[in-house]
Amino acid sequence: MSGRTWRAATYGVPLAFLGLFFVYPLLSIFERGLRSDGSLASPLDVLTDPLTRDVVWFTIWQALASTALTFVVGLPAAYVLGRYSFPGRSLFRALVIIPFVLPTVIVALAFLAILPSGLERGWAPILIAHAFFNVAVVVLVVSTFWASLDRRVSEAAATLGAGPWRSFREVTLPLLAPSLAAAGAIVFLFSFTSFGIVLILGGPAYSTIEAEIYNQAVRIFDLRAAAILSFVQLLCVGLAVWVTLRLEARVGTSRSLRSEQDVLRPPRSARERTVVLGALGTLAVFLGLPLALLVERSLSVSGGYGFDAYRALSHPTSALLATPWEAVWNSIVYAAAATLIAVVVGGLAAFAVADSRGPRTLDVLLMLPLGASAVMLGFGFVIAFDRAPIDFRAAPWIVPVVQALVAIPFVVRIMAPTLRAIDERHREAAAVLGASPGRVRREIDLPIVGRALAVAAGFAFAISLGEFGATVFVARPDNPTLPVAIFRFLGRPGELNTAQAYALAVVLMGVTAASMFVVGRLRVQRQGWF
Amino acid sequence: MTDRYKVAVAVALVIALVALAAPGCGSGAGAPTEVVLVTHDSFAVSKNVERAFERKTGLELTTLKSGDAGESVTRALLTAGNPQGDVLFGVDNTLLSRALDGDVFVPYESPALKNVAERYILDPEHRVTPIDHGEVCLNVDEAWFAEHGIDPPRTLEEVTLDRYRSLLVVENPATSTPGLAFLLATVARYGEMGWQDYWRRLRAQDVLVVDGWEEAYTVRFSGAAGSRGNRPIVVSYASSPPAEVIFRTPKPATAPTAVIEDSCFRQIEFAGVLRGARNEEGARKLVDFMLSTRFQEDVPLSMFVFPVNRAATLPPEFVKFAIVPESPLDLPPEQIEANRDDWIRAWTDIVVR
Repeated sequence: MSGRTWRAATYGVPLAFLGLFFVYPLLSIFERGLRSDGSLASPLDVLTDPLTRDVVWFTIWQALASTALTFVVGLPAAYVLGRYSFPGRSLFRALVIIPFVLPTVIVALAFLAILPSGLERGWAPILIAHAFFNVAVVVLVVSTFWASLDRRVSEAAATLGAGPWRSFREVTLPLLAPSLAAAGAIVFLFSFTSFGIVLILGGPAYSTIEAEIYNQAVRIFDLRAAAILSFVQLLCVGLAVWVTLRLEARVGTSRSLRSEQDVLRPPRSARERTVVLGALGTLAVFLGLPLALLVERSLSVSGGYGFDAYRALSHPTSALLATPWEAVWNSIVYAAAATLIAVVVGGLAAFAVADSRGPRTLDVLLMLPLGASAVMLGFGFVIAFDRAPIDFRAAPWIVPVVQALVAIPFVVRIMAPTLRAIDERHREAAAVLGASPGRVRREIDLPIVGRALAVAAGFAFAISLGEFGATVFVARPDNPTLPVAIFRFLGRPGELNTAQAYALAVVLMGVTAASMFVVGRLRVQRQGWF
Repeated sequence: MTDRYKVAVAVALVIALVALAAPGCGSGAGAPTEVVLVTHDSFAVSKNVERAFERKTGLELTTLKSGDAGESVTRALLTAGNPQGDVLFGVDNTLLSRALDGDVFVPYESPALKNVAERYILDPEHRVTPIDHGEVCLNVDEAWFAEHGIDPPRTLEEVTLDRYRSLLVVENPATSTPGLAFLLATVARYGEMGWQDYWRRLRAQDVLVVDGWEEAYTVRFSGAAGSRGNRPIVVSYASSPPAEVIFRTPKPATAPTAVIEDSCFRQIEFAGVLRGARNEEGARKLVDFMLSTRFQEDVPLSMFVFPVNRAATLPPEFVKFAIVPESPLDLPPEQIEANRDDWIRAWTDIVVR
């Protein structure tokens, strides 16, 4: 491939994909909504409604506060995982992602059971739950980047007499900034569009823009109000992404990256060991308690404990018309397909985004699927793809495509900082030695990117395994995935059904941890080749 | 590395092309061999019943599911005239007017309707056909009341008494289908003028409002097996007590929960042939089949609702542990459609704010 073809591909493929599967359906439903009463009336009535103002305000502040709390909870562990090597490090990294893939409803119900009464409803549990779900993003994104930063830089600062805090603030923090911005943007978007968590843990007095869009589109069937609110949501999200990207660009200068083996070292002093244990222990308790409760509920039957729910998983049930194991298999197949799409499209896009000559619009556009209303996108699909040759409404591959929309931002955000940081000198040196641009890419960029790619693919796979919000809104043939199956069991009365919902949540935890562990192993091996 | 990378890109492109081409293949001319049922996520039918339909008609049954009943109706409205499939199942009486006003169905009077009671046939033009009914009722935890030496409430009115203070949990009608049905039950009982006062009294008695059925029933209600809830009265379904028997091991001799029959609100689910269906002939066959005893006898255990076909026999657990309310509360679909949003808004002001 020549340099020009490559550049065209890095822009063209992501643009075409997003254009077809995101912009076009959203515009279709907006157009339908705004036109629904014949004229394009002013949207002011919706915008100035005091209810809208309250909801917008609450959505923004809870998303900001949730993001801050997520950093507070996640940064100590990110530091430890990004600086030290110790036994069980890759296992911890595999386990930390589990909360991120669990369906919100079942975790919200688990939270209700462990929060002390009186504290279990309101804004506080909402923020705690958002931190629980999203902390993996901070831990994994930041620690991966941290583990590639040269130790000698901060050591030099210490030698020059800077205290640990000053050295962190003035040396490490600016270097980490791109990954902080990436993780922050993702956590913010997830908290901003949160819906199930807010309705269950907040109680009936709390609502977000996303919940209000759903309410207008489905319950009241006022597509106009829903379209206006979706627009407001996209605007907020676009603005937030744009600001983060500006921050990222301002501080993101190129530097040389090191491989993990050169950076990580075992904790040496007792103090360092305490730091490692303390940071990981605190996070383990925070994440472990709700998860342990899910396990406990899956085992609790007939007033005692037993494996009845797990045994029942091998029988076809009326809730699924299939054995729940088939749902496990469906989930893995869909997630693998979605990961493939996300890695190809998002990987190409990451190169375009990292290219400093490129425009910022693509970068912002790539993030928007995380902030768009899932229900409106689902409705957009049924009216946008309703005619041959693009009548995709019953196509089974629409599920992985929708999952990939949500996974692509992760792939881009995880890979772009690494790509940008690739030392320009490597490329120049290679070019001087007579390597073609294509060869530079393959032999210099790709190996370094391999590590980020593995993390990104792992995230994409996990996201797709657990994706429920967007998937549930596209009509699909009856191949239930794990989250769908969990939801169906949870929606039925009867002890065995409830226990099976929790048992499937535990299975989802296991499948996720196993696949993350495999991805982690692959990475170690690969580094050996490079 | 280089070759591997190229192979990966090539494989991805091939998959993408095949995927794009795939839906085009099936839509050739000739007699349709497939009938597509569009429905909500709670739809379920036993595999052997589905196969019986396919054997009998020679048509392949494809089920497209997504979201809840409200979402399927919205989807049908958005695609009116160019539908996603041939039959829509899952419109209930609370959404019926919206679907009929949106002109999404074509009339079809199934001969099988002769076995269906008049009270379930809400559209005289037969644009929709009733398939099942499932009443939304208050459920009580018998053991809790026995333990505390209090008689459980027997009527909607009694629930507001002082001795039942802090015992009721309901779903938010703005976010939950059974929650809405229970609000409609109070409107049907106390009238447009009186229902608000009833809810003021419930609020004064510390009614707990939660987002959805899952939380209300499996977490807050004390009567669901395994629940640590402390509210012994909940808004659920008439079919919940048999479910508490069927899914418990060992099966108890009596149902641990019961229904307050006086509080039940009728929900009927309909199927209709979609206007613009590709296989209208097949769609009619599917509606006929859904009214046949084969399908009707399957609905209690697969969807936990009751058949409308009076020739269908109920499974023994339903005969023993479920009551079919004689004359549940009811409202005309047009009245629901005209007032639903106002009622929910008024309810929110009274109970939540």
